[in-house]
Amino acid sequence: MTDSSRQRVALALAINGRRHRVTIEPSTTLLDLLRDELGLFGTKKGCDMGACGACTVLVDGRRINACLALAVMQEGRDVQTIEGLAEGEALHPLQQAFVEHDALQCGYCTPGQIMSALGLIGEGRATDAAGIAEQMSGNLCRCGAHPNIVAAIAAYAGA
Amino acid sequence: MHAFDYARATEPSQALDLARRPDAAFIAGGTDLLQLWKAGIARPELMIDISRLALDIVKPRDDGIAIGALARLSDVADHPIVQARWPLIAEALNAGASAQVRNAATIGGNLLQRTRCAYFRSGDMPCNKRAPGSGCPAIGGENRSHAIFGGSPHCVATHASDLAVALAALDASVRVAGPAGSRLVGIGDFYLLPGDTPQRETVLGQGQLICAVDVPATAGRAAYVKVRDRASFEFAVVSVAADLVIDDGIVARARLAAGGVGTRPWRLTEAEAALIGERADAAAFDKAAAQASNGAEPLAHNAFKVELLRRTVRRALQVAGGKA
Repeated sequence: MTDSSRQRVALALAINGRRHRVTIEPSTTLLDLLRDELGLFGTKKGCDMGACGACTVLVDGRRINACLALAVMQEGRDVQTIEGLAEGEALHPLQQAFVEHDALQCGYCTPGQIMSALGLIGEGRATDAAGIAEQMSGNLCRCGAHPNIVAAIAAYAGA
Repeated sequence: MHAFDYARATEPSQALDLARRPDAAFIAGGTDLLQLWKAGIARPELMIDISRLALDIVKPRDDGIAIGALARLSDVADHPIVQARWPLIAEALNAGASAQVRNAATIGGNLLQRTRCAYFRSGDMPCNKRAPGSGCPAIGGENRSHAIFGGSPHCVATHASDLAVALAALDASVRVAGPAGSRLVGIGDFYLLPGDTPQRETVLGQGQLICAVDVPATAGRAAYVKVRDRASFEFAVVSVAADLVIDDGIVARARLAAGGVGTRPWRLTEAEAALIGERADAAAFDKAAAQASNGAEPLAHNAFKVELLRRTVRRALQVAGGKA
């Protein structure tokens, strides 16, 4: 809904190390900013209600649901998305681990799974398979690849 | 979706000034408010961003701990002094939501989250909490998840916070700031019963802000037991927080609070009384647990909670009592 009487706000933030300046409606979520304003379609919209984790990104190194965050509240923050991981054709080792462990079928949840796993490893919680499964409960996979997802994360984390 | 304006507060006094508008809402973590906004349930004209206020400090003292309202759930759960001296709080926080939500959600917002009653969340079915006077379809409808304590003919929705259950067992207080100054409200007085005004859930007035939660020191042994429909990232069917002080094998103090069963976090005073002066053993725990559901008023689909609560209390007492 566009209402010309409505406020628009300026926002400056870093995404995958690159500075962005945009002017947006205050009701724009971080997820919609990434996808609709910046064309970064790697971060997925599943439930759009914080239940599925497909939109997981790192903000200042911490994983959150981009669908439940207002973009304007991320002023000055450092956002990392799935697009920031590979270097050219060289996959990030965690992406490579997902390939090697067959940790996906349709792939829709995969960017969120990988960003969540990076957050989990950064939190120092990737201790064993049971702990990884518990700490990944905010990321659903409708294809049922969870055992292989946990295996891929454990292999990468050395757990 | 409903559009809104935005203002970023840099001082608490500025946030309170902005909130004089009756159509304003505070936003911090946003994990509940944005769900409610997307469902058309919350329709603020102004979002006041309080996330940058310096109210995120966790400050232990000799006689207790002050937890800033804007502290993130994950930061509080990971705080070494919280883990060492108030493990009940860490356990309850880690039993709730997902890692992503815990990284964003705040202590104050957790206490103010709205019920998960599906009729309320639907956004368009009748609900006295959302649209006063429209009726309560849960009372004669799907009420498996609803309250067996504290309901009224107008609302039987449970309160969803795990943290609030732990805080109820710990006799915590909520520090509330408003235009007229700040006051301390015991957690037992903070939440209102639905009565005939289920839209009013707490004593917070329009434009008032939670600044902190004060938790007294405890020497108790604690346990938080949460029974739910899946192993993680799920609200409680029934949960119990126990805090037991045991001297020479005798229960000197017992505090029990339950979630998933009441329209607000529910202290189990009769079960507590049954423990005082008793030897802390299986027989005493069974006897106390048998009192846990006294006064329950089950609905058509949630009578199982009456026995489930007793069993969850027994488990919580066994776990807490078994700690050194």
